[in-house]
Amino acid sequence: MKKTGAEIMWECLVREGVEVVFGYPGGANMPIYDAMLNYPIHHVLVRHEQGGAHMADGYARASGRVGVAMGTSGPGATNLVTGIATAMMDSSPVVFITGQVAAHLIGGDAFQEIDVTGITLPITKHNYLVTRADEIAEVVREAFYIARSGRPGPVLIDICKNAQIEQTEFIYPEEVKLLGYQPPARAPQADLEKAVRLIEKAKRPVILCGHGVIVSGAEEALLHFATKTQTPVASTLLGLGAFPASHPLALGMMGMHGEAHTNLAIQNSDLILAFGMRFDDRVTGNLKTYAPKARKIHVEIDPSEVHKNVHVDLPLVGDLKNVVSDLVPMVDEYDHDEWLNEINGWKYEADERSIMNWPEDGKLYVAHLIHDLWKATGGGAIITTDVGQHQMWTAQYYALEKPNRWITSGGSGTMGFGLPSAIGAWFANKDQEIWAIAGDGGFQMTAAELTTAVQEGANVKVAIMNNNFLGMVRQWQEFFFEKRYSAVNMVSPDFVKLADAHGVPARRVTTREEVDEAIQWARSIAGPVVLEFRVEKEDAVYPMVPAGASLDQMLRRPVKQ
Amino acid sequence: MQYTFIALVENKPGVLNRVASLFRRRNFNIESLAVGRTEKPEVSRMTMVVDCPNGDVDAHKIEANLYKLVNVIDVQDVSRQPSVTRDMALIKVKAAPEKRAEVNSLASIFRARIVDVATDSVIVEVTGTEEKIEGMVELLRPLGIMEMVRTGQIAMTRGANAGIRRMPGMEDNGYEYDLEAAEILS
Repeated sequence: MKKTGAEIMWECLVREGVEVVFGYPGGANMPIYDAMLNYPIHHVLVRHEQGGAHMADGYARASGRVGVAMGTSGPGATNLVTGIATAMMDSSPVVFITGQVAAHLIGGDAFQEIDVTGITLPITKHNYLVTRADEIAEVVREAFYIARSGRPGPVLIDICKNAQIEQTEFIYPEEVKLLGYQPPARAPQADLEKAVRLIEKAKRPVILCGHGVIVSGAEEALLHFATKTQTPVASTLLGLGAFPASHPLALGMMGMHGEAHTNLAIQNSDLILAFGMRFDDRVTGNLKTYAPKARKIHVEIDPSEVHKNVHVDLPLVGDLKNVVSDLVPMVDEYDHDEWLNEINGWKYEADERSIMNWPEDGKLYVAHLIHDLWKATGGGAIITTDVGQHQMWTAQYYALEKPNRWITSGGSGTMGFGLPSAIGAWFANKDQEIWAIAGDGGFQMTAAELTTAVQEGANVKVAIMNNNFLGMVRQWQEFFFEKRYSAVNMVSPDFVKLADAHGVPARRVTTREEVDEAIQWARSIAGPVVLEFRVEKEDAVYPMVPAGASLDQMLRRPVKQ
Repeated sequence: MQYTFIALVENKPGVLNRVASLFRRRNFNIESLAVGRTEKPEVSRMTMVVDCPNGDVDAHKIEANLYKLVNVIDVQDVSRQPSVTRDMALIKVKAAPEKRAEVNSLASIFRARIVDVATDSVIVEVTGTEEKIEGMVELLRPLGIMEMVRTGQIAMTRGANAGIRRMPGMEDNGYEYDLEAAEILS
């Protein structure tokens, strides 16, 4: 039966199990929007394509399925770019579908013509320019397969307007046939055996748990491996939640704002088991002094990550769940008591400096209120964040027990990510409590999506940490630029009135005593709520490894007298 | 150090751009790149000569990154394999009629050919290894080279030899881990 290209596109999305798309119509994708009315897929009209991209990303991370965002040609597509790069850096499976001018106009600088496949080439896992209707079925099928398989990532499909309109025979490709592209599945047995021998010799091993553990669904395998070998587990920012924070072997977050004892454990280890992480500079600090005594085993699905930043002794390239599951029965049981005691000593010292143990001084600290939020929500909410101080405090103090509930822009550090990704996450799991934690700066980057939340009735709670500063930049200026504050003072609108204008219930909180009550009030309302917290203006995130410093050279929070 | 890679890629529009963009993005320095069709219509073959200041570490990076491109089917490093490499140059040399004989005799030494004769210039076509072409160019230079164009190197391994495929995770990936060098496993 003949169908238009646009109908074929929707037909393929239905077959991929897509239930929601986040998009914005325009001249070059109108046939797609016309055909959409005949298909059982919910469309969310976003207020800016960047918001739509983050929603699809948030949906993907909360559900583990492929998210879909759409935009028209030209500015519609370029507005997606930040969201595409964000998904790329964090290996998030999102398919982006953009309209393009008719094929015969390409190259002629037609109205709203921009070379989108050219622009997105370095920030997509793969992209397609579709000029004919009969290419669409195969391309959509491939795009979803590529987005979710191997190391996931964004795939963009740019569909010319004529290809949306033309009619062609619809043949659904049952299989995806690609000449290249074969994601590795298992590591060779010989390499696994080498790994076992390295593990056997280790006295001070540490696991670095990355996002790959969650992407691969290897949480259980990791738990078995860690407990059997009694190896402590440090997490990257995006690896949080893969290993229960309450577990005695959990070390929490590593890196620039990682726990001091965690970074010390890494620096003093004799074996690093890097699971699905990529030795980002925010995690390693100075590479020359990074974990100098450690042998390194790198379990990773993407061979280009092996030896990229840190030269490892043994790469195990394959799907993490397979590799770790294969290792579990091969390794012996160990206790590593001495090593764990040593780490606990460092931990005790770190606790003394923790802001959590400070007496009340009448000020509202983000760390305290994140802890209160954690208590109020039983640690079970989906948490999305923007980027900056509040992100690090949330990572430090919202202790996660389970995966797929921590949605934050790690690699690309995209401000404005929090609110839209929370809306996307809500579509993935409407029964789950969802909190978007944002700073006053980041919130204003995508604040327009508040009205999208209203239109969709999205049950997301927005907590704005308002310190009237671009806090993280201010912190760097305080530490590294002699406190010369440059362009960090921020005058914001009255967030309560702003929310009110959107028809969103809102409250302002200025003291610690009000925090819990406000959180409970927000939780009692079905639908979006905004809480503005007027927090301590010049607090800093500790510990901090200055950029380029050795991982054990941390700036520590001064001990309160 | 220069490395030579052979990559089989899907014969689709934009693939050359993907490869070139990747090299730019990852800061790899291409010395030469030659692309053409193969015996299979759906496959193109690229020969790339790349500067690898860090030796095998860079070579690994290049291979692994190439495989990130969905259109890349196979990558081999033939730098150290017995192989035939060829480059072709067209060199337009200033040659008044009385100089043509000299150019002709130089050309015949290199088994090069004169493929065009004009009143005051000739075009010499020379095929061979890079060194051979460099040699030819040096000899022609005193006569006055007006223009030169080169195809870039193409390569093919001899007989049943294959290049190194050093993707970690593959059996026989040609990787010599430091691990063994340190004999920690002995």
